[in-house]
Amino acid sequence: MSNTNRRDFLGMSFAAVAAVGGVASLVGMKQAWDPLPSVLAAGFTTIDLAKAELTPGKPKTFKWRGKPIFILQKTDAMIEAAKAAGEEDWDLVIDGKHYTVVIGICTHLGCIPAWNVDKWKCACHGGEFNASGKHTFGPPPKPYVVPPFSVKGTTLVLGEKGPQSAKMIEVRA
Amino acid sequence: MAKIEESLFSAEGMDKRLATKKFWKVMMTEYWIPKDINFLWAMGVVLAVTFTILIISGIFLLMYYKPDTALAFDSVNYTIMQEVAYGWLFRHMHGVAASVVFLVIYIHMFTGIYYGSYKKGREMIWISGMLLFVTFSAEGFSGYMLPWGQMSYWAAAVITNLFAGGSLEAWGLVEWIRGGFTVNDATLTRFFMLHVFLLPLAIIGIIVLHFYTLRIPHVNNQSSEEIDFDAEAEKYLAGNKKESKVIPFWPVFLSKDFAVVSVFLIFYFYLVFFNYNFAMDPVNFDPANAMKTPAHIYPEWYFLWSYETLRGPFFDMLGMKAGDIGLIIFGLAQVIFLVFPFLDKDPDILPAYKRPKFQIWFWIMILDLLVLSVYGKLPPTGANAWVGFFATGIFLALWVSLPFITKSDAKSRGAL
Repeated sequence: MSNTNRRDFLGMSFAAVAAVGGVASLVGMKQAWDPLPSVLAAGFTTIDLAKAELTPGKPKTFKWRGKPIFILQKTDAMIEAAKAAGEEDWDLVIDGKHYTVVIGICTHLGCIPAWNVDKWKCACHGGEFNASGKHTFGPPPKPYVVPPFSVKGTTLVLGEKGPQSAKMIEVRA
Repeated sequence: MAKIEESLFSAEGMDKRLATKKFWKVMMTEYWIPKDINFLWAMGVVLAVTFTILIISGIFLLMYYKPDTALAFDSVNYTIMQEVAYGWLFRHMHGVAASVVFLVIYIHMFTGIYYGSYKKGREMIWISGMLLFVTFSAEGFSGYMLPWGQMSYWAAAVITNLFAGGSLEAWGLVEWIRGGFTVNDATLTRFFMLHVFLLPLAIIGIIVLHFYTLRIPHVNNQSSEEIDFDAEAEKYLAGNKKESKVIPFWPVFLSKDFAVVSVFLIFYFYLVFFNYNFAMDPVNFDPANAMKTPAHIYPEWYFLWSYETLRGPFFDMLGMKAGDIGLIIFGLAQVIFLVFPFLDKDPDILPAYKRPKFQIWFWIMILDLLVLSVYGKLPPTGANAWVGFFATGIFLALWVSLPFITKSDAKSRGAL
């Protein structure tokens, strides 16, 4: 009887040690797969819209965290169309100019759609996004995602949260 | 322990120390296989041979491959393909075998389904086999990333993105799997580790399990006859080889298997030398470019049917987003075959030709998987999208109807 109790005690102490060690190992292994500090630190991109040489009606692609960022300066017709569709608050407005600033990745399965006359079209599964970045056709479940950014004058700092991007994210939710 | 006098370097000495004779008997000469089988029963050995080819050719590729985004593409397309002696051969052997192994896996699987070799005692064979299918799929996917061409990169982007779970937007999980905001160097290196170490290790382990699960219930036969293996083995050992319904695994069964393996190897090396292009997508000969999506992204042929269920539902319905429905069906398609033994409600083990409704079910399923595979490769526009939609619907309907169909067959036979 006393022998059994001893073995039970040994068994339970081993279980306790193994449980603590096991959980600690899992936490460590999980963290080994996290994005590295250097990857995270390289996550800020600065774009000066005044010097970006944007042509209204033609988006330009920038790179942020390895992702394409579409910046489109809207034409007057696009601004009117957005108003008619109830998307007048979707734009970033600086000095009276309207911009669409979005992550250029299809919200369906992560392909990069291409600009085609007046909308983005995704070659993978046929999704379409209008000039405001709203999904208008096909499998994409939601509009383009707006990256977090802050605005200083005409300069955007992608990766730094600011009130403008927060508002743009909110109206799309 | 008894002291052993026989030399270690003699059959007798080995037997004394390791019981090799007993082991050989249990594993080989007295492991009984029914006589009433056909060439489809050789697929297991064909798969073992193909897996061995994959390991050997993989070892040679591993010696020159570099799992680094800056070096990977050239290490494959320049170093291995042009500089290493027979490097091209090892690459084509590896690529073609990776493709052909799935063809044989599908034949092996549907042989099991046709003859009812997954139920009433053989569930563990089926389940361990389906685990092998899943690990082989992961192995195929991780290997496809390594040449770091355009299709490698974008397949990796699309598949890792599935883990965002559609509307769930589990973005943290995707970034954890990738080790970065996009598919990047860390992603390539960790999938390299999975491809050359962890997954092969798991596969070898599950293969051993798969063989073991077969040992006690034994192999099924063409008429799914219940055989008393002990009684039949006794007849065979007594010399009544003609009357006995069984043969030993070695040397009788394997000799026929090796004949099938020879035919298979001729077919396989014909593909390796003269028709390897089907396993070498031209798009993948462009280096990976994160800023340019290829015009059309599709997986290798063996994933096409499940890929098509992902995009089959292309419009919102039942208050759910199209993408989410596709993701749910896709997830279901990955695991549904695993529970096959539990969806078959027929109490008898019978081949499909003795189960009239199930036989129709079987061939519709094959046809539907072929349609899904063909349309999985085509762009999902216009009528194609609708074919995909209905084929996905039929796929789901087949699974829902399986318990009822098998029950109905049993009833009309009077077994229920």
